[in-house]
Amino acid sequence: MFDLSPTEWTAVLLSLRIALVATAFALPFGIAIGWLLARKEFWGKTLLDGLVYLPLVLPPVVTGYLLLISFGKKGPIGAFLADHFGIVFSFRWTGAALSCGIMGFPLMVRPIRLALEAIDRRLEEAAGTLGAGRFLVFLTITLPLALPGIIAGAVLCFARALGEFGATITFVSNIPGETQTISAAIYTLMQIPGGDAAAGRLVLFAIILALAALVVSEWFARRAGMRVQGN
Amino acid sequence: MVRPPRGHAGAGELIVLAVDVEKELGTFKLAVRLEAAGGVTALFGPSGAGKTTVVNMIAGLLQPDRGSIVLGDKVLFDAAAGINVPPHRRHIGYVFQEDRLFPHLSVRQNLDYGRRMSGRPRDPDDFARIIALLDIGHLLERRPRLLSGGERQRVAVGRALLMRPGLLLLDEPLASLDAGRKREILPYLVRLRDDARVPMVYVSHTAAELRRIATKVVRLDAGYVVAAGGLELLDRVDADALG
Repeated sequence: MFDLSPTEWTAVLLSLRIALVATAFALPFGIAIGWLLARKEFWGKTLLDGLVYLPLVLPPVVTGYLLLISFGKKGPIGAFLADHFGIVFSFRWTGAALSCGIMGFPLMVRPIRLALEAIDRRLEEAAGTLGAGRFLVFLTITLPLALPGIIAGAVLCFARALGEFGATITFVSNIPGETQTISAAIYTLMQIPGGDAAAGRLVLFAIILALAALVVSEWFARRAGMRVQGN
Repeated sequence: MVRPPRGHAGAGELIVLAVDVEKELGTFKLAVRLEAAGGVTALFGPSGAGKTTVVNMIAGLLQPDRGSIVLGDKVLFDAAAGINVPPHRRHIGYVFQEDRLFPHLSVRQNLDYGRRMSGRPRDPDDFARIIALLDIGHLLERRPRLLSGGERQRVAVGRALLMRPGLLLLDEPLASLDAGRKREILPYLVRLRDDARVPMVYVSHTAAELRRIATKVVRLDAGYVVAAGGLELLDRVDADALG
């Protein structure tokens, strides 16, 4: 059942790597944006709010296209990053991670924001009177109390990244070993006569992967939730 | 720079805290001038008199519009000089009406929080002395959620004391407790007054409570100090059927 071919294994491992990297890089931004939206009033907040949720409502192909023209080799941001930092996104797995991170971002920000909004600010005040500066209060009180939301956000982003198809294939194409994730591999196999069996194996694997992620996240979330509630 | 009045309080004690502040909150106007020496200074008055507003300004949680706050030889706030020391550098312990214990930390970690934040080394003697004083040694490994209201408030007092404050603010620390729990905690607070040698500002609208613990009384009403002096001020208010 699990006798995946090397190409299929490559797709699975690549998917995992892309989803992990996407989630890890999105997380600090997700916490920062979630914090801004939960705690601060500023000009353009509604705009930022809308912008964050845009990938959720736009057709993924549109997001992919926008990424291509801005982060592609000739795109303004892509060219700048390539020239100054040597970071290339187009047709690389890093590009897939970028598009997956952006597609998962709205799902990540929402639970983090809600968790931050639910925190009793008076606890942070109390921490202040006990000698903790603003950053220490954030680190020792705010962040631990928001942890269940942060985990939920990270898991949703990871799951979205694992399954992302439209934006990724539009932005970085479907190159085996570089940008061909499980989804893209299944799609490719379905186009090939006789590829059904391999596609089926990958589908099964995708289901197992998703379930495993769900179980692990549930366990983490429960532990963090218990900690926060003080059990 | 505004020099706050220095000198000696009634009993010949040195002034520890000098507050001279004004604040407008919507239609509520507050102008308070008070001094506190060692012992327990009661901030006494009906609900809405501005007692919590005053302690919040002392703690640095609320910024006065005008005036100054001086603790010992340290200017904490001076509107004219543009001085406003943030709460975490004021070294003022604050026991809130609600315990505000950190739910994700054990009692021990709650008690230890102030020390950790200031980066001081552990002091087992100090720790042992205060948990003995408040009788909370058997609670150390528990989470705040599993404590009774009275236990929680005792831990909150311990947490504030263990940061080694130059001043301890207690804002109606018994208000959220029933009569039985109040009787349970009050002796600890009296012991604290006699043992800990930390000057305290104690907010309450209950004369009976203050009669047990206060050494000096400042009476507030509608944002103004209407009287300052000894415990006899509590009697007069009782006669007025306030408190």
